[in-house]
Amino acid sequence: MANPSTDPDAAAASQAEVDAEIRGIRESYERVREEGGDGTEETQPRLDYPPYRSSLLRHPTKDPHHADPEGVELLAPCFGHSDVDPVEADLTIQHSGDPIGERMVITGRVLDGDGRPVAGQLVEIWQANAAGRYIHQRDQHHAPVDPNFTGVGRCLTDADGGYTFTTIKPGPYPWKNHHNAWRPAHVHFSLFGTDFTQRMITQMYFPGDPLFDLDPILQSIVDPRARERLVATYDHDVTSHEWSTGYRWDIVLTGAHRTPLEAEDD
Amino acid sequence: MTEPRDLAPTPGQTIGPFFGYALPFPGDHVLAPAGHPDTVRLRGRVLDGDGAPVPDALLELWQADPEGRPVQREGSLRRDGATFTGWGRASTRTDGGYDFVTLRPGPVDGGAPFFALTVFARGLLNRLFTRIYLPGYGDAQAADPLLSGLPEDRRRTLLAREEDGDLVWDLRLQGPDETVFLTYPRHRS
Repeated sequence: MANPSTDPDAAAASQAEVDAEIRGIRESYERVREEGGDGTEETQPRLDYPPYRSSLLRHPTKDPHHADPEGVELLAPCFGHSDVDPVEADLTIQHSGDPIGERMVITGRVLDGDGRPVAGQLVEIWQANAAGRYIHQRDQHHAPVDPNFTGVGRCLTDADGGYTFTTIKPGPYPWKNHHNAWRPAHVHFSLFGTDFTQRMITQMYFPGDPLFDLDPILQSIVDPRARERLVATYDHDVTSHEWSTGYRWDIVLTGAHRTPLEAEDD
Repeated sequence: MTEPRDLAPTPGQTIGPFFGYALPFPGDHVLAPAGHPDTVRLRGRVLDGDGAPVPDALLELWQADPEGRPVQREGSLRRDGATFTGWGRASTRTDGGYDFVTLRPGPVDGGAPFFALTVFARGLLNRLFTRIYLPGYGDAQAADPLLSGLPEDRRRTLLAREEDGDLVWDLRLQGPDETVFLTYPRHRS
């Protein structure tokens, strides 16, 4: 691969070229693991992932500096019912009419790396509509805007770390990473833990999507087990009669750094 | 409730191109209560490996109050104009510029005061953490465990400068003056 263009609108490479780059990185990862390497499974995306062209000039080149969290880093910002209205968790009732598409419920739990529920924290989501179009000036994809769907929701996790959104299944959409590039359908999630160091943003995908292998953003998570953690599970117990389909997706943040001071019986 | 398949951390992903209609909200970058006499502007630019502005980044600021106390108050999303919550969110403009209107954090437990910062951007596949230290705390900074462990040319990437009464700090995602980004114990990649 000779100096790929860093212009996000270039759409220069073909899917076959990008596929070959993705395959090369994956094979090299597998080879290192098979040969012993350090045996560590990568759980996060590579920041330096050339098949995703926009990452070329935006990934740090120096190793991150190991820091012991101090002061405010050991705490998280506080959100509460004055910040979030419970109706914000239903993206299908924000306008006067019903949005077009497959109504669905996404539910799951937010846990820290020790398996403790993250309670009372903010979860934000945003997504395209059923036709794969965002309500965004820069989204010029030739698909209809749905006047009854904005695609933004918020909620606070309950005492068990649980969250639930009612929304519409988003469609796949084209982008200009390379020629004929299409993103698998996904919902963006923004999450806070109990420490500032647990802050994260990610994307939830739907099972069985044929676009998974073609997508450099998902494939930037090189380990297949780690990629699988971003795919929700269809759950018929969440599906409701003549109303909506249901998906379950649990989220694990990193471990907390504070020594828990609370009694175990709280 | 079913348990997750394992307790390995969920992978991050880029904030993507179209967060601009979803995450910004009115007053998101204004942390200081209206009319507070100690208001300060923290401003700067987010730049890529060519030194070009990054117009689609999102920064989140988290800080102690001027007395050095971490704040645990709700009201960051729907601000009442009086409560200081210590948390805010700023989107970059077309010139890569951002600004926060806030109060200077005080020293927590006598240490060197800093803003904790998270950066998200299109093209950035996972969030980055860093700190912005305030000018005027030379002794505390010399004793700071993070700053004192960095070579001089790297250390200055974490220091804000004072300019026309504002605090000014630029973030460089890549390049010779690349900002120092942080990873914490218990983070696995």
